[in-house]
Amino acid sequence: MKTPVQFRLNDQPVAVFVDGGDNLLTALRDGVGDVTPKFGCGQGACGACTVIVEGEPRLACITLAEACEGARVETLAGLRRGPDLHPLQSAFMEHFAAQCGFCTPGMIMAAKALLDRNPRPSREEVVEAIAGNICRCTGYEPIIEAILAAAASARRY
Amino acid sequence: MLEFRKDYFADERRDDLDVIGKGVQRQDMLGHVTGTTTFFDDHKMAGMGHLKVLRSPHHHARIRHIDVSQAERSPGVRRVIRGADVPRNLNTLLGLIGFGKDDEPSLATTKVRYRGEPIVAVVADSERLAHEALARVRVDYDPLPAVFDVEEALKPGAPTVNDVYPGNAFEYHDRFDHQRVRFGDVEAGFRSADHVLEQRYQMSPIEQAPTETNGSIAAPETNGRFVVYTPTQGLFFSLDTCAKILDVESNALHFVGGTAGGGFGGKVDSLTEPLAILGAMLTGRPVRYVLGREEEMQFGGPRSGERIVIKDGLMRDGRIVARKVTVWFDSGAYTRLTSYGAVKCAAHVPGPYTIPAVHGDFYCVFTNRTPATAMRGFGVTGVDFALECQMDKLAALAGMDPMEFRILNAYRDGDMKAHRREAKNTALVECVQVAAEKARWPIREEFRRASSRTGGGGERARIPPTPKDTSPPKRTAGGSTYTPSVAPPPASSWDRPAASPPATPFQERFAMPPPPPAPMPRPASSQPPAPPPPEPADRREPPPPAAPGPGTTRFSSVFGTRRR
Amino acid sequence: MSRHRGRGMASINYPIGMNLGGDPSQALVHSNPSGKFTVALSSIDLGQGMKQVTRQICAETLGIPIEDVFVDTADSDTGPHCMGSFASRGTHRAGNAVLAAAREARGVLLEAAAEELEVDPGDLETDGRGTIRVRGAPGKSITVKEAAQAGQFKQGRTIAGRGIFLVPLSPVDPETGEMSPATCYAHAAMVAEVEVDDETGVVTVVRLDSAYELGRALNPRMVEQQLVGGAWMGVSHALYETPEPYYPDPKAGGRDFVEYLMPGPGDIAPHDIAVLERPAPDGPYGGKGPGEMCANPVIPAVANAIFDAVGVRMDTLPITPEKVLRALKAQGGARPQHRAGR
Ligand code: FES
Ligand code: FES
Repeated sequence: MKTPVQFRLNDQPVAVFVDGGDNLLTALRDGVGDVTPKFGCGQGACGACTVIVEGEPRLACITLAEACEGARVETLAGLRRGPDLHPLQSAFMEHFAAQCGFCTPGMIMAAKALLDRNPRPSREEVVEAIAGNICRCTGYEPIIEAILAAAASARRY
Repeated sequence: MLEFRKDYFADERRDDLDVIGKGVQRQDMLGHVTGTTTFFDDHKMAGMGHLKVLRSPHHHARIRHIDVSQAERSPGVRRVIRGADVPRNLNTLLGLIGFGKDDEPSLATTKVRYRGEPIVAVVADSERLAHEALARVRVDYDPLPAVFDVEEALKPGAPTVNDVYPGNAFEYHDRFDHQRVRFGDVEAGFRSADHVLEQRYQMSPIEQAPTETNGSIAAPETNGRFVVYTPTQGLFFSLDTCAKILDVESNALHFVGGTAGGGFGGKVDSLTEPLAILGAMLTGRPVRYVLGREEEMQFGGPRSGERIVIKDGLMRDGRIVARKVTVWFDSGAYTRLTSYGAVKCAAHVPGPYTIPAVHGDFYCVFTNRTPATAMRGFGVTGVDFALECQMDKLAALAGMDPMEFRILNAYRDGDMKAHRREAKNTALVECVQVAAEKARWPIREEFRRASSRTGGGGERARIPPTPKDTSPPKRTAGGSTYTPSVAPPPASSWDRPAASPPATPFQERFAMPPPPPAPMPRPASSQPPAPPPPEPADRREPPPPAAPGPGTTRFSSVFGTRRR
Repeated sequence: MSRHRGRGMASINYPIGMNLGGDPSQALVHSNPSGKFTVALSSIDLGQGMKQVTRQICAETLGIPIEDVFVDTADSDTGPHCMGSFASRGTHRAGNAVLAAAREARGVLLEAAAEELEVDPGDLETDGRGTIRVRGAPGKSITVKEAAQAGQFKQGRTIAGRGIFLVPLSPVDPETGEMSPATCYAHAAMVAEVEVDDETGVVTVVRLDSAYELGRALNPRMVEQQLVGGAWMGVSHALYETPEPYYPDPKAGGRDFVEYLMPGPGDIAPHDIAVLERPAPDGPYGGKGPGEMCANPVIPAVANAIFDAVGVRMDTLPITPEKVLRALKAQGGARPQHRAGR
């Protein structure tokens, strides 16, 4: 039995049919075709699937798709406006804050959720914001530096 | 945070190239930050089936009976796959280079040898339906005694883990249950030493844990071929492994990958590709087989646990005169790559130090746990932990500073290594000096002035007389295996074996020179004009083609001609 | 009950490439009609930077801008054989294959340019910015694009090259272990400073100072990525990770990302790194490969620092708080050594 769910994905209305109990990650990746959120664990432990729902960072793999009916959902696919990169994207590039890049979509969305509500975070606040995101490659330091640099950059988006 | 010490080895380098040596942006970075980098699971296909496997709940058990009749009737099931459906249901990864015997089934049929071993696969319309079908598979087991400790596993009467190797040890050179290193006379070294220290070390298994789990998507393609989207760390390695297991020609498979969400050695084993392709063959539709995190962590092979015993003979002045190393690699239930890691370890001992007598025994042991495999530095990381803890203890025993103790014993250009090749292009001394400087760890002037480029060679370049090991070779039962020793000798100039051993006892010949007085290399400005930089390809002798050994040969697209 | 600081060090080397050799890599390099080059590989980029490092080798060898080279690692139909990305073999093996392929392609490119300029190909040089010039004749030049177009549309040449690199397979002597395992080695020395809490057994890495020698650093930023991330992994191996904490007893292990421990972004220590470059005689532009070895010196350096701090020898990994507490109890409490580097 499929259930229709409608929400706003990166400011566009989308509709998708889900099975009862399907999570938002499945709805986005298999239903809508937005593959920027990644599957790293399916148990809320790695943050690779991090998206923003109604301004809050959410782990899509443990968020019920049907619970997002009518919600505003943001993913990495919507971060870039035309050719312009979001300051977080530029800062991740400048700081070489990705290696395999698999954690990157979730990292950037976790960071965006932080900067949206706290544009000038301390290092501790940055660490706390990404504490649920596992990166196996970088050792975190370049990621923390990139987020702090994005916050410090005068360019507001 | 990171500084370049261009003052070291400046005369061996040219630093004025266009893009070499420049921190230019990665080709893949824009894709990473915009989410457009395509990983294997980002390929979505219509009508895709999802494959999941039933795994053994037992560490060791005989399978009495498998009943899949209910699973076959479960909703959304397209196909149930059993061992009998796999064309060649026995493989060993390094069989492609003729190393080791086929010992691991894709799906277990008569016995399970570790908890988590795959038994039955189901292709269904969704992952959930596949799981529901698997819950309806009935398997009757007779649990068997299991063994988990490497030394226990080698004792007579221990349960046999892997029937292909009844003695629970991988077989080297058709006659040994271990790989040997014999260089000089360690027993004489221990007798002459002022101190002898023997210690045991243990490294537990470690997961590769890339953030992207293993998985693959296989789909029928044109002309009877199958396309496979995969994060494998070896595209042709995996392709040829699949061709062998599925008994198809290699050009029936089209692998697309090259971009993985981390690997660290955990994506070398073709864990999912053979069954995904088989599922696509049997259902005629795209099949996706992706490991969940628990599957990845529990059943994807970790780096093996390693038990290491080191015995050293030490002189009062800090010279190490004999080192004996025994390492047991816990391969788990099957060989995978651990047999190779053990040989890599044999090549690594005694670490980056020049020691005139070295004795090593390296075992690849089977136990009833998840088969171990490659992981960042495997064969070396564990023994480095042991060797460097041992070095710290030896330094204390000699009353020396740990840094100075390393420099005193460090290998230098021209020294003979235990595997009987000359040390070249070494830089351990300089690394220790710079680390000491960075950490504000004072070392004495004579050690600050030491160099990897001086003080080596001469007496240190000789191969000491090595007593013949008369201990009876313990062989494991079973058929013949490939013996690497029959491969053609290398012709590479940088690895020429050294002169044959002279007749004098090693202690007399192997006098450790005092730290040499040669000045350290200075910044380029104070150097004579730098020679032109090495031109690798021009300097290389073209390698001779590998001659086939005895036995029939078969072409492999991965490794060319191989013995069978 | 208190916290104790200590320092420990370790030094290591690491072999480059698959042990014993016998692991070839191949590369194809070709120009499109406008002088932009593609490198076709079947080598894998799993984050270590295979695409970028081979791209730089190709651009340097061709003598053209880096933007004019694209590396494709995707496909077994178009990329020639490579053993794969493991054993720190990418830079050395695939890099050498790309170097050879780019050399051959450069030869054809210069022949095409020479024919247009009516000079000898030996008199030509590239400026790395897209122009081919006649040495000693400043006015006489042709762009790479023009040369590639002339080659393909007027002269009928493929501006392309093939490369393979193989270290021949070494035998292993069964009795002595005589063998040729590798042609070059990377090196490192590491100092770890730790703090040990003798009440909880928790070990905190306070700072790391290191020196790594890895041949020529082909891309310093990517070298930094490997060394920083690799040292983090070393700390993780030393103090946190294993699926079997009571090995060889298989009970009670971390089963998934909820239970398997790794240091998070709040657990990282400052790491000061020095890079030394002793070019490998047979490496592409002297490069070796920093990928695997960077975790290795951290683990023993941490263990040795724990001894310096509290006087217990931790010979079993990972060094969990439980193991530290048991060792301290057996010893009758902390016995700071303060031996190292003072
Ligand atoms: S996939 Fe959602 S937290 Fe790991
Ligand atoms: S960049 Fe690979 S997991 Fe973070």
